[in-house]
Amino acid sequence: MIKEELFNLKAVYRDDFKINGYKFGKGEKSCCIVGASRGNEHQQLFICSQLIKELKELEERGQINSNQEIMVIPSVNHYSMNVGKRFWAVDDTDINRKFPGDFHGETTDIIASSIFEKMKGYSYGIQFTSFYMPGDFIPHVRMMETGKQSTSLANLFGLPYVVVRKPKPLDTGTLNYNWQLNNTNAFSIYTNSTDQVDEKSAKQAVASVLRFLTRMGIIKYNSHSGYIATVIAEDELMPVKTRVSGFYRRHKEPGDFVARGDVIADIIDPYEGEVITQILAPTEGIIFFAHTAPMVMENAVIYKIIRRLHE
Amino acid sequence: MLEDIVTVDLPVDEQVAIKRQRIENGNRDKRIAIVTGIQGDELDGQYICYKLIKKLKENIKDVNGIVDVYPAINPLGIDSITRGIPMFDLDMNRVFPGYSDGAMAEYVAASIVKDISGSDICIDLHSSNEFIKEFPQVRIAENNKSLIPYAKLLNTDFIWIYESATVLKATLAYSLNQIGVPTLALEMGIGNRINREYCDQILSGIFNLMNEMGIWNCETRIPKEPMLSTEGEVEVIHSKHSGIFIHGEAKMGLVRKGDHIGDIVNPAMGEILESVYAPFDGTMFSLREHPVVYQGAVIARIMGDKK
Repeated sequence: MIKEELFNLKAVYRDDFKINGYKFGKGEKSCCIVGASRGNEHQQLFICSQLIKELKELEERGQINSNQEIMVIPSVNHYSMNVGKRFWAVDDTDINRKFPGDFHGETTDIIASSIFEKMKGYSYGIQFTSFYMPGDFIPHVRMMETGKQSTSLANLFGLPYVVVRKPKPLDTGTLNYNWQLNNTNAFSIYTNSTDQVDEKSAKQAVASVLRFLTRMGIIKYNSHSGYIATVIAEDELMPVKTRVSGFYRRHKEPGDFVARGDVIADIIDPYEGEVITQILAPTEGIIFFAHTAPMVMENAVIYKIIRRLHE
Repeated sequence: MLEDIVTVDLPVDEQVAIKRQRIENGNRDKRIAIVTGIQGDELDGQYICYKLIKKLKENIKDVNGIVDVYPAINPLGIDSITRGIPMFDLDMNRVFPGYSDGAMAEYVAASIVKDISGSDICIDLHSSNEFIKEFPQVRIAENNKSLIPYAKLLNTDFIWIYESATVLKATLAYSLNQIGVPTLALEMGIGNRINREYCDQILSGIFNLMNEMGIWNCETRIPKEPMLSTEGEVEVIHSKHSGIFIHGEAKMGLVRKGDHIGDIVNPAMGEILESVYAPFDGTMFSLREHPVVYQGAVIARIMGDKK
């Protein structure tokens, strides 16, 4: 394992902002794995730390195949994590909306361009990332529909679902999108946590990456075969919204099957404690996303359901 | 008449409403929309709305059409002194045109676009951010040059025609232009402050535009002849060091090559890390105000002839 400083930015008073990469094996640039790009992505950082621990042991046992290099970048935004902010602590810009970056641009453009230079050229790119709404997902691999995406490769992670998203203008600054445009097969992995560390789900994420690396001939590792993924388009997920605000009592978890008409949540009056409304499943299917915050506002999306899918 | 365009119930005993003040008189065939407060820290538009609505109400007989004023697209942001939408950490001007079945921000965005659609023109007022002070300027994507004649009526100092970035397709101005509402985005001043001089200048431009459209019957001032960015080149000066930026003698407006824009210093060491000078004669239309800079921070933008 070689720890390499990929980027350094000086501050006025704070310690230098350093982005480190951990390299395993030597030779062709096979796979680049990126963790927390936002300051609240604690789970994403934790997964990378566990992955580095595993890869270190595999390398010591000679289980990284010859002519294969893996680089893990556990965090590109701990400057924000250390001060409790999600986005770049100075100007609130999102580094994961700044790719491919600009060497002659503003601070986060420079950060994005500097690290993207180091991330480019790998055959595979894996990013652990998060969603802007507070909620839990079924662990899945997500990719942008750029015309270059390969769902069959995404299947090799052995996670239960692969989601393909049609990029919106805002997505064109993400690492996933830009990796794909630069001929890296890119995958974003969502586990069921962001702000909190969920060790069980982190273990599943680490196993899925090791499985993928094994199947691509990058490492030697014996693991469970995982799932044959169901591939879904993001547009096919049915959003379930609440028409009233208040406390939110969740009855279903990601992965649960629901029949049409099942009570999936209660909304409770925040002052008087009465159940104001019950949210019913508008379709049968599997819960893919579930809101987590204790309260909801009117029109909040509290669930996303994979329609007409059975366990 | 002040009306709610869209409302959202917040979790505890509060409703947020996006409001529209409609002032109308005479022939209702023409409609102008004035929009501001998409970012909660951009406040010049508040003063402009106040002055505009006051004058229109006091001179209603001179109105000949519909003037729709949307003073706060992001009311929670304004009231909580937050640039984005407070609960989501989202920049409201990156969610347009929205989606009526989407989450709160997208749903609100879709409702706003729907309400403005059908207007003959829209003016979207912005105030930079808390870091950079801007001369009053209209910003137009290069594929929207047909907006230049309208922009010239707005009494700004500068019209910046820029290369359109894909990410800007999620702005209100882009979305409205796409559906056939000619929309001009104006920048002026600095975040979290009101610059009355700039606001009065733009207000005069808005009345001038309304006059040209036949919505306002009073005589208006002849607008300034703005510089067009295509008439010269724009140089963006970035900080090469992280430190504290101290202004030099150069002020916004005309600068000569070698004028001292400022220094970036290390206060703990008593050292100048970098001195910044105007690279050529021109007009400095953007200038750093927030002193804390990291490498890459924009210090100034100057338009002129680099040769």
